[in-house]
Amino acid sequence: MPKLIKNRAVVEDDFELIQALNEGESAPAGKIILPIQVYLDQRESLSSRNDIAVWLESDQPAEMLKDVADEVAFLAVNFPKFADGRGYSYARLIRERFNYTGELRAIGDVLLDQLHFMARCGFDSFAVREDRDAEEALQAFETFRYSYQGANDNPSPLFRKRLG
Amino acid sequence: MYVYDNYDHAIIEDRVKQFRDQTNRYFDGKLSEDEYLPLRLQNGLYVQRMAPMLRVAVPYGMLASNQIRKLAEIARKFDKGYAHFSTRQNVQFNWPELADVPDILEELSKVEMHAVQTSGNCIRNTTTDQFAGVCHGEVEDPRPYCEIIRQWSTFHPEFAFLPRKFKIAVNANTLADRSATDVHDISLHLVKNDAGETGFRVVAGGGLGRTPIIGSTIREYLPAEDMLTYLDAIIRVYNQKGNRLNKYKARIKILVKALTPEVFAELVEEEWSHIKDSESKLTPELIEKMKSYFTEPAYETLEDNCASYEAKLAESKGFSSWVSRNVEQHKKPGYAIATLAIKRAGHAPGDVTDVQLDKIADLADKYSFGETRTTHEQNIVLADVKKSDLFAIWEAAKEAGFATPNLGLLTDMICCPGGDYCALANAKSIPVADEIMRRFDDLDYLHDLGEIDLNISGCMNACGHHHVGNIGILGVDKKGEEFYQISLGGDSGKITDTAIGKILGPSFNRDEVVDVLDKILNIYVEQRQQDELFIDTFKRVGMSTFKERVYAKAN
Ligand code: SF4
Repeated sequence: MPKLIKNRAVVEDDFELIQALNEGESAPAGKIILPIQVYLDQRESLSSRNDIAVWLESDQPAEMLKDVADEVAFLAVNFPKFADGRGYSYARLIRERFNYTGELRAIGDVLLDQLHFMARCGFDSFAVREDRDAEEALQAFETFRYSYQGANDNPSPLFRKRLG
Repeated sequence: MYVYDNYDHAIIEDRVKQFRDQTNRYFDGKLSEDEYLPLRLQNGLYVQRMAPMLRVAVPYGMLASNQIRKLAEIARKFDKGYAHFSTRQNVQFNWPELADVPDILEELSKVEMHAVQTSGNCIRNTTTDQFAGVCHGEVEDPRPYCEIIRQWSTFHPEFAFLPRKFKIAVNANTLADRSATDVHDISLHLVKNDAGETGFRVVAGGGLGRTPIIGSTIREYLPAEDMLTYLDAIIRVYNQKGNRLNKYKARIKILVKALTPEVFAELVEEEWSHIKDSESKLTPELIEKMKSYFTEPAYETLEDNCASYEAKLAESKGFSSWVSRNVEQHKKPGYAIATLAIKRAGHAPGDVTDVQLDKIADLADKYSFGETRTTHEQNIVLADVKKSDLFAIWEAAKEAGFATPNLGLLTDMICCPGGDYCALANAKSIPVADEIMRRFDDLDYLHDLGEIDLNISGCMNACGHHHVGNIGILGVDKKGEEFYQISLGGDSGKITDTAIGKILGPSFNRDEVVDVLDKILNIYVEQRQQDELFIDTFKRVGMSTFKERVYAKAN
């Protein structure tokens, strides 16, 4: 089973990521993460299930997740390439604009050196790319003792602390 | 100058450790080339044609003498004995070994320096007027705001992977814009409102490169306290909507243009309305505290008139011509701003040796409160010198080779590293600059030509800012051969209003470039009225006069 970092520990990931479904195909049983559009298309039949999460592609607006946040297991945002940084802004909007408090997962090209930034923006679970050592990646959260600017993890910028 | 506290030190130390670890993982094969690339870029490390190039940040151009000595030491120990000042007021080393870079960064951290975000698709070093705080015509010293931006942008978690690099400039001077402010992704112009409060006129979407665009004002007045939340809003809109498929369309200027500045401004305002009162809003206390780092040095109370200085001016023609070009008025009586001209024939513009660096540090300590500034034109400024010391400074500068009285003149060119160093180049730029320096070495002629900005870039990326040169030279590739396209009429905002130059016509090969330049200058001299500057003559007579004559068939 793939590894996941959650609450700063490595755990087994028991949700299956569904990349896409064929035209007319209905969502399979079991714990799954569906593309948000698929979920919206089949919402009526799926909203009663409690083992479905949804994921957003980086070129889809974060607003697509707004309405469904309360009825799914968790929200995930895809990083198709680690250099595609849209997901960082999406995470902040999901947390700070939509006031979402549930699990927010980073999926896709999720690597050690991006975890610190992702965590600061509001992600709290990380599906580290499968060919990488998730245990080793845990160190990423310890890299910086301080940050200058406010973000989702700590909205108060350093200058406020300095002024006392 | 800003002085680090324990937090700044901790953040930079942690960064050095992080980069050491990243580099080790790369050498161990745990990070692929592709994955290491953006990480090293965010630390200013390029791999160029011949060797890695390390770009060190000089925040808004301020360099203290101990920092300059450290750069000299690094040049000796890790490079071939020289460093390079870039057009972005930063410093580059062209020959470090990759494996040495963590050690270099550690050395830099000891003097409060780093290479954070000097490249990569993130928020880069903020630039401003090299005469900030000492010149006439300033609304307020822009540097406290630049430092606030520096801290906010350092490891900003949301904006580490933008569609493209992102550059912010701050201008506070109403008389002259010395940092080409309006061709930046965001430019902030310090202004006072009717109530006398400080704020910014916010301009977005300027840039050079393939599609040069002058930025558009998206907000006439933004209170100073709202600076960071507004920047957050602008970049958040850009981060989500900027083009990520085509890197030539990825800069914010393309987005602003596509949406129109009005629509872009609406999106920003909408976003900002949600975050304007967050804890990131600045407080008057913070602004005051930051200003306290940029207070005036211990100036003496002096008469503005200095008899010994006046006497030397009358005595020495060399001295007076240096003063007329390289010395600017200071806002304090009896003080002056002196610029060391570090460009010389036979050396790439911006290159300085370790020995010269030490010399600059000595001059700064002796005459200018131990501080210097780097400039967009790749020179070094001693910003607080007494008029009575100018003669001694001139003599010392002459000995060190820094006293060519050519500032602002044709041979005070801006030139990118070009094909000699840069992997992206279409053509070499340094040899062209060199030929121009050699051909136009008659100072009387240069003075007679007056102020002309000549800018050279080795390719479309426009690191040499050729579009905003009064005369621009751009390296182009024609069937694998190096050619040069010439443009006329650009202005960085320093001489008249910001303008993008227009292309003269078909490009020239290397042998022709300097002759064509000569022709252009001759046409100007012939056409000008009284003391008209090149740019004004050009605007008056128009491109056609130049075009006809330059391309006229010899008979
Ligand atoms: S303008 Fe082109 S050649 Fe010159 S430094 Fe920039 S990328 Fe390299």
